[in-house]
Amino acid sequence: MNTFIKITARCLRSGAQAYLPRQADGRAWSAPARFLCASADPTKDLGEIVKKDKVVVFMKGTPAQPMCGFSNAVVQILRMHGVDQYAAYNVLEDQDLRQGVKDFSNWPTIPQVYFNGEFVGGCDILLQMHQNGDLVEELQKLGISSALLNAEKESK
Amino acid sequence: MAITADHIKDKLTKELAAVHVDVEDTSQNRCAASFKVLVVSPQFEGKQLLQRHRMVNTCLADELKEIHAFEQKTFTPEQWEKQKAQ
Repeated sequence: MNTFIKITARCLRSGAQAYLPRQADGRAWSAPARFLCASADPTKDLGEIVKKDKVVVFMKGTPAQPMCGFSNAVVQILRMHGVDQYAAYNVLEDQDLRQGVKDFSNWPTIPQVYFNGEFVGGCDILLQMHQNGDLVEELQKLGISSALLNAEKESK
Repeated sequence: MAITADHIKDKLTKELAAVHVDVEDTSQNRCAASFKVLVVSPQFEGKQLLQRHRMVNTCLADELKEIHAFEQKTFTPEQWEKQKAQ
């Protein structure tokens, strides 16, 4: 209960703006971030958060300004594949989210990547998937045509 | 308890029947305990990347509570041989 009061108070003080998930170019999602402020059950909300968008990334910093080398790597890899529209949540802005997402995924580190509500992995896994071609395939399953796939087709 | 590279190496070798483990302490690059590990184990056979990484995470569950940053690469013995040949 105390956490709920703290989160709400922090939200009211700083305004919900700071807690809005941002699009890859730094613009905030227009939908209000009530789920981060108003709920007392972060796990339930995380379940909804990861399903709301095809690609969800929990990271340190934002896609426009990553605050960690591993988070930056994830952003760069997605960018290489032409994936610029995704939900990115900055765990540095919210300690409850930072711990909550680790508990939810049962994964100890940030960044964390979700495709269609399913946990994919962290930076290592995404990098390996990128290197061995799996990432292009996974993106296709999401209905996203990777920029690298198109580049390959053009060169043939 | 100070987590050392050797401690991690021993634990991984024992619990994952690893045939090869490399542990690099990358803490000097960051401000807190960080490690980079490479694990080769037949137990990874037939397992997806995520499953393998979870196996490592489970093995080091206690240590990871203290560790700030963690990188890992996992191979089966066969993949490792191919990797070395490159």
